[in-house]
Amino acid sequence: MTTKLFGEPVQRREDARLVTGQGRYLDDLGPGALAAAFVRSPHAHARIKDIDVSAALDVEGLVAVYTWEDLPGALAEPLPLLIPHPALTHGRTAYPLAKDIVRHVGEPVVMVVAADRYLAEDACALIEVEYEFLKPVVGVEEAAQGVHLVHEDVPGNVGAHLVQEVPSREGRSAAEAIDAAPNRLEFRLDIERSASMPLEGRGVYARWDADDGSLRVYSSTQTSTSVRMAVAAKLGLPLPKVEVIAPDVGGGFGVKIVHPWPEEILVPWAARTLGREVKWTEDRREHFVSSAHERAQVQHVRVGFDDEGHVLGLDVTILHDHGAYTPYGIIVPIITSTQLLGPYKIGAYRVEFSSIYTNTVQVTPYRGAGRPQGVFCMERTLDRVAAYLGKDRTEVRAANFIGPDEFPYDQGLIFQDGRPLVYDSGNYPESLRMLKELIGWDSFPEMKARAAAEGRRIGIGIGCYVEGTGVGPYEGGHVQVTSDGRVHVSTGLTSQGQGHETVFAQIAATELGVPIERVSVVTGDTRRFGYAVGTFASRAAVMSGNAIALACRKVREKALRIAADALEADPRDLEITDGIVHVAGTPSASIPLATVAVLSNPLRYAFDEETKRATQFSGTSAPDRPPVDEGEEPGLEGRDYYSPIRSTFASGMHAAIVETDPETAEITILRYAVVHDCGKLINPMIVEGQIHGGVAQGVGGALYEKMVYDEHGQLLNASFMDFLMPYATEVPRIETAHLETPSPLNPLGVKGAGEAGVIPVSAVIASAIEDAEGIPIDRMPISPSDLHTLRLRLAG
Amino acid sequence: MKPPPFEYHAPVSVDEALAALAETGPHGKVLAGGQSLIPLLNMRLAAPSHLVDINRVGELNTIAARPGGVRVGALARHAAVERSAEAAAVLPLLRQALALVAHPVIRNRGTVVGSLVHADPSAEMPAVLALLGGSVRLARLGGEREVAAADFFTGPMESAVEPGELAVSAFFPAPPPRSGTAFQEVARRHGDYAVAGMAALVTLDEDLRIAAARVACVSVGPAPVVIDLSDACDRRPAASVPWDAVAAAVRDRIDPDGDIHATAEYRRHLTGVLAVRALKDAARNAGTEAADE
Amino acid sequence: MSEETTRHLVTLVVNGVVREAAVPARRLLSDFLRHDLGLTGTHVGCEHGVCGACTVLLDGEPVRSCLTFAVTVDGHEITTVEGLARDGEPSPVQRAFTECHGLQCGFCTPGFLCTVTAFLRDNPAPTEEEALEAVSGNLCRCTGYQNIIKAVHRAAEIQAETQVRPGDREGRA
Repeated sequence: MTTKLFGEPVQRREDARLVTGQGRYLDDLGPGALAAAFVRSPHAHARIKDIDVSAALDVEGLVAVYTWEDLPGALAEPLPLLIPHPALTHGRTAYPLAKDIVRHVGEPVVMVVAADRYLAEDACALIEVEYEFLKPVVGVEEAAQGVHLVHEDVPGNVGAHLVQEVPSREGRSAAEAIDAAPNRLEFRLDIERSASMPLEGRGVYARWDADDGSLRVYSSTQTSTSVRMAVAAKLGLPLPKVEVIAPDVGGGFGVKIVHPWPEEILVPWAARTLGREVKWTEDRREHFVSSAHERAQVQHVRVGFDDEGHVLGLDVTILHDHGAYTPYGIIVPIITSTQLLGPYKIGAYRVEFSSIYTNTVQVTPYRGAGRPQGVFCMERTLDRVAAYLGKDRTEVRAANFIGPDEFPYDQGLIFQDGRPLVYDSGNYPESLRMLKELIGWDSFPEMKARAAAEGRRIGIGIGCYVEGTGVGPYEGGHVQVTSDGRVHVSTGLTSQGQGHETVFAQIAATELGVPIERVSVVTGDTRRFGYAVGTFASRAAVMSGNAIALACRKVREKALRIAADALEADPRDLEITDGIVHVAGTPSASIPLATVAVLSNPLRYAFDEETKRATQFSGTSAPDRPPVDEGEEPGLEGRDYYSPIRSTFASGMHAAIVETDPETAEITILRYAVVHDCGKLINPMIVEGQIHGGVAQGVGGALYEKMVYDEHGQLLNASFMDFLMPYATEVPRIETAHLETPSPLNPLGVKGAGEAGVIPVSAVIASAIEDAEGIPIDRMPISPSDLHTLRLRLAG
Repeated sequence: MKPPPFEYHAPVSVDEALAALAETGPHGKVLAGGQSLIPLLNMRLAAPSHLVDINRVGELNTIAARPGGVRVGALARHAAVERSAEAAAVLPLLRQALALVAHPVIRNRGTVVGSLVHADPSAEMPAVLALLGGSVRLARLGGEREVAAADFFTGPMESAVEPGELAVSAFFPAPPPRSGTAFQEVARRHGDYAVAGMAALVTLDEDLRIAAARVACVSVGPAPVVIDLSDACDRRPAASVPWDAVAAAVRDRIDPDGDIHATAEYRRHLTGVLAVRALKDAARNAGTEAADE
Repeated sequence: MSEETTRHLVTLVVNGVVREAAVPARRLLSDFLRHDLGLTGTHVGCEHGVCGACTVLLDGEPVRSCLTFAVTVDGHEITTVEGLARDGEPSPVQRAFTECHGLQCGFCTPGFLCTVTAFLRDNPAPTEEEALEAVSGNLCRCTGYQNIIKAVHRAAEIQAETQVRPGDREGRA
């Protein structure tokens, strides 16, 4: 059966071009385009006194130099604040080119356009900017003291402050529940900065068509439709005159959902102003200091619990470092504070966060988007509860799980989409059972004792999470069957390696009963589909997957209607197999889908043998009805949207065994096990790949990656030499098992899978190191040097 | 991240290269493998106005292994030296250390002499030269000098090469009979510069006691730090050396700095640990060597 | 600037075809291939030699094209990802990466493919450790590497089955 493709490990259709060098990434386009480069602030906080471009004017091949003063109209205004929120009382965004004040190293000050990038950089090097230094504000706790300000008009550097509180069933506040609890603990946790760091940086390439008054923009983005609206607004162009296309994108992981980047509007503007094609390809150093980071938080935790380990009250106060600006609002701390609860039902919960400005690169979502911090908090808390009570860590978790029969489960909080945080489905006890079996949890004490006898230190750790995936508001899909029998699927959201061309084709092939070879998929091209939100929050399979399925169902229904007419059959008796509509049980009574497509579009003019069937004298249309019936449209195509009431909630549990070297404090992950539940699997091979990649990023965040700022606001490790992304030698083999608890919320029963792998890793590794060393681990990432320091502290 | 412009010189002989370097003086920079220089150029942290590219000077692409040691020409790539069975037979330490230099693809292009001239105190090859008491041959128009390792590494990223000079080769002397070597390091990621590292040389006496022991430490000073540990090893067989005292002796002799990857304290501790591990490995290798005699 | 106006004629044999262009001495081999010759399959991920995306074969040996000036390798042979397939058929390494889901966004992939192609030519039946070491100098942010390692072994298998050693057509210096 060729058409049952949903759920199969179908090989990826994008690979044929990507393994032969035929992919087209941003910098592969526009070979003749002019190159843009930027003079960026070398200072974390300074006032611009003067910009002298005169020395650059002699550079051969120089075309243009722009500063803020050159920017017209809306371009001269601050960039949009994308996600306003009532708690974000002091949202601030940057100007496309700095006006008066720079607030982090890397902020763009001058734009240069030249014949090629070498020459553009030559010109940048000759531009002199005179600065008056202002006091840099670095470190979230120092910033929170508010002695020096990042923005003069933001007192205390507090951009946002939000409290959410869920009383216990007995009506107790968290504070009351904690105070009344038989056992209480209080501690602090720290998580450092990391970043998405896709291997392809950002990039924009724009062509202005002066004759047509239209603009085409290619951007390495996670949202082409929204870039389009922003570019049209900023350049004052009618929306239909702007096209935005996301070509092959070399990874996103969150950073490319932010838009419009300064470069994303400046490059199109320069292209229009100059009447020339202009391209900007971000280099690695720019990416470190001019895009976005994530993760940094300081958390203060108070927890009260009973002797069985039930959490009766939990109070978490979070200081969130959001860097110099807040273009993406406070999505990250909202997710931290809500998803912190994971698979647990707890007595009473209070969470308070302050989102604080610092003179560092802005903070916007990176894969996991605040969840790793929340899970770190909850899982460290449960480990401490277990240690305090002398209980097995899995026992304490099981004591707090939401039961399989308690769904839908309302956590009583408001989630990142402004809607109630209600879990749709899950089976946490079964996940835990599977995980314990996979890692060998119950036999680990013997393994540990054997290792100890050899002078080795090993430890086991666990981490559980729930991930809200597939957030709204909506995505759409368009499906067209052409008269050659091919199926053209398009959706507005973009792709950065998730295999959408494959999984969406699997869905369409399954729904329509056609061979997958006849299906082609286009994503992220506003010429093909103009309405979309974007690719983030593990939402593509849920949102576009279901939208495409619904669009296919419309097309199928229409195809059966037309075929029924032609075959003089009841549409309810028809099936589509291998692209042929036939009467169930009577294969001879059939008509190819291609012919149905021909018949769907009444023609005056034929262009080949096949289309003759649809012309006026072919005798196929009834003379007593209009060729296109009322309520019908020509063509075998359909468009539909999927807009869910709320998110689906995927879940998972990870466990690891680590070894720590007693002498060198080196940390090695010996085993890593994952149980993952993202509902129905569309393509298990691709889901597995997503998990591997997520875990690898999680390992980076747990053991290797941090952004190190000095007190002057200089990023000390802005290179791949010193920002330590794991190589193959640093990532353990990942053992996986899948549980499939379908989502009742959508037709396909799917949940998102993109971010899951990364979420609990820091919690798991901390848990395992703590088990190996007997030292509380409350700060991640942890390096051998850090572990050595902890050992010394413990020793004396 | 594009390199700044420069005037390009492409000599095909040592004489032509020396003439170009004489002409450009302090403004000239030698390009060999480029694996350290070109990143600096791409980041515009260096902007020499003249580059003298010696990749066409075939006479510098030499590896000469003799019983007394190995002389490596300026164009010999890390990978070629690592693969050379002759060089490994005379001096196993070359291969032991080269396997830790960055990644295989970098070693395909980078040169051993280039690593020495670059004089990164975190790099492996300077430590190897320093440990063995080797030397670098510097040529200039009309002259040549051989500079001992002890005088060659003058500071972090600073070597004794003067303007107008070309490092044409380096000599790694073979240790005496009944010697063994080892290289131990801890890097944050496989292939990274070491947080701390250690080349070790142990020579046994006829009764297989440690007659001489020496280490060269990386990443703990402005240049490789060579420490003679013969006394600390107390002329005993490896099994009964007071290793804790050896580690302490090493830690006493170094003055590491902290950086974003490690505290100074951790580097000091780690260097002691690695010295013991490297010396034990070296002693074991020396034992094997002695048994083969 | 005089340095910029001095152009050097660089002639390379790229994927078996003689290609030439006149470029300034500072033109990186990566940019020469991508922008002067239009071979955009070679990608640039860091321009300081760490990520390995730009890896190409220079006389059969993998090197970082971002740490090589085009003018330095004038007269030499280069193989890029565009040259790995033969007669339109994907090479064993290309096939294995597809079969094993060894790529996601595909940006780092050309560097891995070139590196692994040369590696399997020299070591047609690698151990687990050798396979790991072979790809240990290339960064991938998507896959977590597990399927890449799997692909190295699978490519070795395909290569053994088909008796075509992918490096055979690369001249070695």
